[in-house]
Amino acid sequence: MKQKFDVITSTCVPLPLENVDTDQIIPARFLKATTKEESFFGDNLFRDWRYHEDGTVVEDFVLNNPKYKGCILVAGKNFGSGSSREHAAWAIAGYGFRVVISSFFADIHKNNELNNFVLPVQVSEDFLSELFMTIQANPNTLVEVDLPNQTVTNKVTGRSEQFEINGYKKHCLMNGLDDIDFLVANKDKITTWEQLNK
Amino acid sequence: MNTLFDKIWDQHVVQQVADGPTQLYIDRLYCHEVTSPQAFEGMRSRGLKCFRPGQIFCMPDHNTPTHDQDKPIADPVSKAQVDLLAQNAREFGLTHYGMMSKDNGIIHVVGPEKGLSLPGMTIVCGDSHTSTHGAMGAVAFGIGTSEVEMVMASQCILQQKPKSMRITINGTLGKGVTAKDVALYLMAQLTTSGATGYFVEYAGEVVKNLSMEGRLTLCNLSIEMGARGGFIAPDEVTFDYVKGKEYAPKGEDWDKAIAYWKTLKSGNDAVFDKELAFNAKDIEPRITYGTNPGMGIGITEAIPETGNLTFEKALGYMGFKAGEKLLGKPIDYVFLGACTNGRIEDFRAFASIAKGRRKADDVVAWLVPGSWAVRKQIEDEGLDKVLADAGFEIRQPGCSACLAMNDDKVPAGKYAVSTSNRNFEGRQGPGSRTLLASPLVAAAAAVTGVITDPRTLL
Repeated sequence: MKQKFDVITSTCVPLPLENVDTDQIIPARFLKATTKEESFFGDNLFRDWRYHEDGTVVEDFVLNNPKYKGCILVAGKNFGSGSSREHAAWAIAGYGFRVVISSFFADIHKNNELNNFVLPVQVSEDFLSELFMTIQANPNTLVEVDLPNQTVTNKVTGRSEQFEINGYKKHCLMNGLDDIDFLVANKDKITTWEQLNK
Repeated sequence: MNTLFDKIWDQHVVQQVADGPTQLYIDRLYCHEVTSPQAFEGMRSRGLKCFRPGQIFCMPDHNTPTHDQDKPIADPVSKAQVDLLAQNAREFGLTHYGMMSKDNGIIHVVGPEKGLSLPGMTIVCGDSHTSTHGAMGAVAFGIGTSEVEMVMASQCILQQKPKSMRITINGTLGKGVTAKDVALYLMAQLTTSGATGYFVEYAGEVVKNLSMEGRLTLCNLSIEMGARGGFIAPDEVTFDYVKGKEYAPKGEDWDKAIAYWKTLKSGNDAVFDKELAFNAKDIEPRITYGTNPGMGIGITEAIPETGNLTFEKALGYMGFKAGEKLLGKPIDYVFLGACTNGRIEDFRAFASIAKGRRKADDVVAWLVPGSWAVRKQIEDEGLDKVLADAGFEIRQPGCSACLAMNDDKVPAGKYAVSTSNRNFEGRQGPGSRTLLASPLVAAAAAVTGVITDPRTLL
């Protein structure tokens, strides 16, 4: 999961729905797993939109449409709302997505993506609606996500935007580091805080 | 600046990471069985022990059945997850309130009722409804499993400081209007993302007059407007509630604590990043019609006429038409419970309508207390008898049908009036259709079999 990040150029999978909640990303009945088997969560990403109750494929759901492929998921605003379940980020990563583009992310899910080396890229409403249109017209539309320069580019229209990420997290993603490495190395500061505040 | 949120947050800053997040000290970590196993696994694989095991409390709640808890859980996968929490707690030296122990229940019900969640604390749990504990005057928020592991390893978390918002609700709530209706009203006004990026302080006459149970309900639902957390400055209501609780400070420590807690309020000069004000007279009993908690209306109102693709998908799923009213529509299930409305006051409210009436024959009703302590109080007050006379049975505590990880699943296509917190597609079982409402609206539906304005039964 700790894949180092640099520049990613890929076609996209479009999901032009708003308020996609984490119960849809991974339904609660799949949260009983006690390990991080990526393939298990990836196989059940958007389970109830992707498959009928009897296990047959929902033909018109985008993940089942062979026209749309790639490691970038493009979703409507307020992606990842609801439950804090990190299983949603594991499912997205497990399926093979490395970037999610939306005009707005729910807070907890955004952190969960970052902690699993999936990059949430927040773009303007205009950029997003243009991107949905471009992908609809041409499923082979490429998007370039350049983490070092914090830019996202629609390679068909040439439109480019800056995106936000703090310097610390960017460093972590680019170097395959996580927060626990950082925190454990800072124990003396924690003990000092405790002595001052207890 | 100088908001209560700033005071509690700033006091807990261990360090500010250069061009990055804040390292925040966490007073209390709660763990349930669903979002902790991978964190314990991570700790083991890194060879780490919990840094401050005394500040971590574990209890299973999501998978627990609501009947026959004295027998092994029938679903082997649920059983394995519940057993693993007990085993992990033992291995890492953490307090664990197992199923059937008198201390067990939903984490967000148990934390406050044991005095584990106290004013001025920072509290986290791998669960978005951790915002509940904000009712105690604490900064409490939900986190992911990687973050649970961070807290286990260091009693700290790395977070960007959220912005602050104050929501003031003036006036007096009308008959039959509860904290749940206030929250459902706010979600409809703000949408499910209107408070994303913010921590919300609730204030105003309505909030001041809420009981502790009502405050816990209101703060519980902060996440459904996108807010990371919501809280209420502690006052006499808070102090009366906390006093004498098992983990509350005692004796001299109590006096010191009270003196400190009284300082926990936003300054008169406090500046919030956003301020909103609403009036109680605009709020009636509410119900949701769609597939996110913001898609709600006053119970006498009609579903909006138009919406976008997401709106149409939601109405298609729910089997409703734009522009129609919900009053009088038949329902199949009623669920009273969850970390939102599983407390004693909620059972009193439900019983106030059920008393002297009968459950509608074709309605299945699940009444699930939030904890064993709540269930005991229901019995002590004789509410179980009132409800039994009306054809209702009190079950054993847990999250139950809120997210249907146990056997309490609403079948596909069926309508459930639920006092829980989410009406997402499939939330109460694949294909289930959830209408969120207060315990009063749920009781009115349970005794009539149709969506009913509870004010006509009070």
